[in-house]
Amino acid sequence: MRFLFKTHYNQDIDHLKHGGDRFWYGLLLVLAAAAPAALGTFYLGELNLVMIYAIAGVGLMLLVGYTGQVSLGHAAFLAIGAYTHSLLLGAGLPFLLSIVAAVLVSALVGAGVGWIALRMTGIYLAIATLAFAMLTEQTISRAEWLTGGFRGLAVPQASLFGMPLTQGWQHYYVTLTLLVVTLLAALNILRSSTGRAMVAIRDSEISAESVGINLAVYKTLAFALSAGITGLAGALFAHRLGYLSPDAFTFLISLQLLLMVVVGGVGSMRGVIYGALFIGFLPQLLAIARDTLPPQIAQAPGLEPGIFGLILVLVILFEPQGIFGRWLKIKSYFQLFPLYRRATHRRQKTYLRTERLR
Amino acid sequence: MSYLAVEDLSISFGGIRAVDDVSFAVEEGEVFAIIGPNGAGKTTLFNLVSGIYSPDGGSVRFAGRDITSLPAHRIAPLGLARTFQNIELFEHATVLQNLLIGRHVHRRSTALSHLLFLPAVRREELEHRRRVEDVIDLLELAHYREQRIANLPYGVRKVVEVGRALCLEPKLLLLDEPTSGLNPEESEDMGFWIEDINRDLGVTVVMVAHDMGLVSRVAGRVLALNEGRVIAEGSAAEVQKNPAVVDAYLGAD
Repeated sequence: MRFLFKTHYNQDIDHLKHGGDRFWYGLLLVLAAAAPAALGTFYLGELNLVMIYAIAGVGLMLLVGYTGQVSLGHAAFLAIGAYTHSLLLGAGLPFLLSIVAAVLVSALVGAGVGWIALRMTGIYLAIATLAFAMLTEQTISRAEWLTGGFRGLAVPQASLFGMPLTQGWQHYYVTLTLLVVTLLAALNILRSSTGRAMVAIRDSEISAESVGINLAVYKTLAFALSAGITGLAGALFAHRLGYLSPDAFTFLISLQLLLMVVVGGVGSMRGVIYGALFIGFLPQLLAIARDTLPPQIAQAPGLEPGIFGLILVLVILFEPQGIFGRWLKIKSYFQLFPLYRRATHRRQKTYLRTERLR
Repeated sequence: MSYLAVEDLSISFGGIRAVDDVSFAVEEGEVFAIIGPNGAGKTTLFNLVSGIYSPDGGSVRFAGRDITSLPAHRIAPLGLARTFQNIELFEHATVLQNLLIGRHVHRRSTALSHLLFLPAVRREELEHRRRVEDVIDLLELAHYREQRIANLPYGVRKVVEVGRALCLEPKLLLLDEPTSGLNPEESEDMGFWIEDINRDLGVTVVMVAHDMGLVSRVAGRVLALNEGRVIAEGSAAEVQKNPAVVDAYLGAD
């Protein structure tokens, strides 16, 4: 077990708390940077997709895991980011500017949705965001003059610093860089007063208000941040798809994003990465499983969403803290060996919450 | 002009006048207690003063400013902090984070600079942390600093909530039953802390309390409420002897 001797408050502020962190995250970064040399085109592409999911997941985690606002409509922000980026790229804007614009447009729409949904919480908010996603899908399919509707929209070739982005590894590095930037930005938010205000809103709105947090401002801000980051993922997703049409951004995508956050572990950024790996590679695992399963099961329609749903239910029942929570438990088992007891991580009941003000 | 002046404050829920033409004035630097049997309207009165409810009639003035119609998040920055009877902490955050959230009104940087965590933000964070550590020292919370609220015993949560309110560096502190549910020893500590907060930090304290021992020890003046109305006001000894108060608690013969 590691005991940290703290001598400065900076040690609580820094992202990497000790030598072990620096070593392992450094190693991870080196491995991620070296991946294109070791992996074939297919798996590099899959890894790229996982990182795109992870970026979207960071956005959704800020909203769901840290602000406590559930969204079932994040596919819409993914779509808005993708379409904005493709259209602006087609209009001749440089790659980076177009990405920034996609982020800003998504954030703006997100702020609008957040502002409208201010008075809603829980299930009502989930339904409202779901409705917004359907509205967006419909709008995209009807606005043929702009988006091409169901005929689709070809995503133009991008080029960065005069170099056309044609190879898989080029996209991989762009995504990796943006994922690291996004993660750092999100973690920075979380260690400052803005992030703490979001956590405050998640845990007790009435207390948040009475320490001076403007609920309307911070909820709207959380929506905007979340939507902006998801829009960034959308812009990268567009290149992955190559051809945009409304049915690439269905309810199932929203559900997958939420599943990623829950399976990974609500309330942790590392959980997002675990969740993204899970969501990204599950279809591959299913494809492999299909070859070995009897055809009656393997060819059954709706197998994939069915499995996703089943996993979501099982995770909520047996490991509400997700993969990250399971990891913490395994870690403390070894750290405390042989003193670990099951009760260490038992969820405590909250008592005395009779007179909740709303 | 009194520091906190409440005049003819009223609010009804349905047909019930929960607070009915209540007036009182608190002077700067005193400890003022509000007592009354269950359902007398004490907590509702606090919710009106701190801006969580808006009153049907009457006014609240704090430090010479009319705060009657201000929402809660605009009142806190003026220097008015409160605790809750049933503890409203941020359950899934640590004690340290809870106290840092209490510093929200003292933030100087914008969300955009937080995204980049500019050096100015780090300096500000260090400053917040120093102030929070002062509160941790005062309330002897060092042992619990890294613990999540959800894992803490009731008595400690009660103290953390007072700590969070102190992190606002308030001029006026509203304590809603600071000793309810505490054992005699914890109650006594809380009494000492209230005295410290009042004398050493110079914070004016208004508290709702049932514990008459605590009230007579720390409170200079006492207001008694029953069924939303003021029935007595004066020193603890005077109020305790007041026949209307005795009736309210024990029932008229």
